[in-house]
Amino acid sequence: MATTQTPSVSAPAEPRHGLRIFLIWIVLALAADLVIWFVWYPHLPPGDLSDAARHQQFDIAVMAVSGAPVIIAVLLYFIYAIVAWRARPGDDSDGTPIYGNTKVQATWIIGTTVIVLWLFVFGTVELVGTAGAGAGEGPSPIWKLAGVQSTSWTPGGNKMLQVQVIGQEWTWTYRYPQFGGMESTVLMLPVDTPVTFHVTSLDVIHSFWAYQLGVKADANPQVDNVAYVTPKSLGSVTVRCNELCGIWHGAMFNYGHVVTQSAFESWASGVQSKEQSDGVLAALPAYTLTYDPTVIPQLGKNLPTIDGITGAAGYYYPPGDPVTP
Amino acid sequence: MSVALRAVSLIVAFVIVVGLGVFVALYYIGSTSSLTTVHYTASGGQVNVVLQEDAQNDSASKPDWVSYFVQDPTTKQWVHTTLFSIPANTKVNMTIYGYDGCTPLRNNYFSQVLGTIGGTVTVSQFDQHGKEYVSDQTTSVINGWSDCNVGHTFAIPGMNLYVPVASPNAQLSANNLCSSSPCTTSGNPYAKETFSFMSPAHAGVFRWQCFVPCGGGFLDGNGGPMQTFGYMVGEMDVVA
Repeated sequence: MATTQTPSVSAPAEPRHGLRIFLIWIVLALAADLVIWFVWYPHLPPGDLSDAARHQQFDIAVMAVSGAPVIIAVLLYFIYAIVAWRARPGDDSDGTPIYGNTKVQATWIIGTTVIVLWLFVFGTVELVGTAGAGAGEGPSPIWKLAGVQSTSWTPGGNKMLQVQVIGQEWTWTYRYPQFGGMESTVLMLPVDTPVTFHVTSLDVIHSFWAYQLGVKADANPQVDNVAYVTPKSLGSVTVRCNELCGIWHGAMFNYGHVVTQSAFESWASGVQSKEQSDGVLAALPAYTLTYDPTVIPQLGKNLPTIDGITGAAGYYYPPGDPVTP
Repeated sequence: MSVALRAVSLIVAFVIVVGLGVFVALYYIGSTSSLTTVHYTASGGQVNVVLQEDAQNDSASKPDWVSYFVQDPTTKQWVHTTLFSIPANTKVNMTIYGYDGCTPLRNNYFSQVLGTIGGTVTVSQFDQHGKEYVSDQTTSVINGWSDCNVGHTFAIPGMNLYVPVASPNAQLSANNLCSSSPCTTSGNPYAKETFSFMSPAHAGVFRWQCFVPCGGGFLDGNGGPMQTFGYMVGEMDVVA
């Protein structure tokens, strides 16, 4: 009787999936980071009009470069798993258990720890090194911008320009205490000058967002919120409210300009002179860092107090006035 | 559940959600557009717009809210609305009758006139007997704090136009204000204010508002009529 011998069939060797994934990931991550850094970075918001804006642009680019490899790793693993490890027809077996796999656990813990610590250190350095990164720091800022404090401002000498930002339903105005406390509906700033914004509100909570400058600070009634910036190039600024503040919140915006130092001085002196001659400066309240929205600070001697009309006892409305009728 | 049934269920759910969204959007848009828009047309390259602001209004639901009215140029009737349209690139001659009493500005910076031709307004004030006690005074500032002179403002921030609107003086504000809207010049103290500005060269909708905290009874005067179309906020539609 003839016998037949069945040759032993060995299963094909399992490819090195980890190496495959790693090599594909390296190529894709490198390509993505190069595109982000050299193509996308120069066009990232908020632009490069100020030091704060430049740093924010840099921060976003660094975050994108840091995050892209992680995103690519997740997506790549997801797609690779679908393609390589999908269940074939008739295959009801389980996958290889990885519980207790020290290599996987160590890789995960070390990898995520490195990412979190990197973001923490980078974020802290960028916040401290840029004097608050253009954000409101409250009335007593911790990270201050270097500049010469003075009661007046002239071009040169790294003198700090003080600008008070006043929010009111629904517009922004700007006061310049170093120019007699004159006020304007246009935000004008000199280039290459350290600027301190004192942001406040006359009624409800607003948020001063000078987009191209990379500055954003809440405007709260009776609060002086300080933010710093140094405009680095000439250009226009759009100022928006970034806190829902009523029916015209969406229309609460105006514009500003970064101009040369001499042009700024000329503009500011001109507005000051005009408001002086028109009597506007005399009509304005004394410059203070905050204003009480319920009190009329300059009741004239000729102004009788009529309850509910002219502010009884110096108030717009009597203290007992209901919130809703 | 079959695939077909699941697909139908998903489509029905999707249509319901989209339909609800459309309904809500149309409801709110519809509620805004229920106000009448008064249309002004130019004559000789100019257009005359006439408004009045009163201490109250003719609404049944909110009769004690301060309010603007717009005069229909054809019928001369006062319309309880804050929507009006004007042609583009045209000189706009505004006349505002101020019947409401004075209230100090929140920011006295808006005591100054900004954005009008010449940077000024012309003000006249009359008592309840029709006597003109201030006559055609042209000024660039109406100080809302030093005296009782400003009732409200007419401001179009998108055009950098800010105009304080004069009121009857303090004693008249306290004792003899018009109490029935729309007010008339007969038997009521009022201020008449005129100014001109150029409408934008392009079409668009420009919001306008009052900067006096005149929502009496609301927190710091910011609510109610200050936030409601038809009262102290409105839109100027510039037509190309």
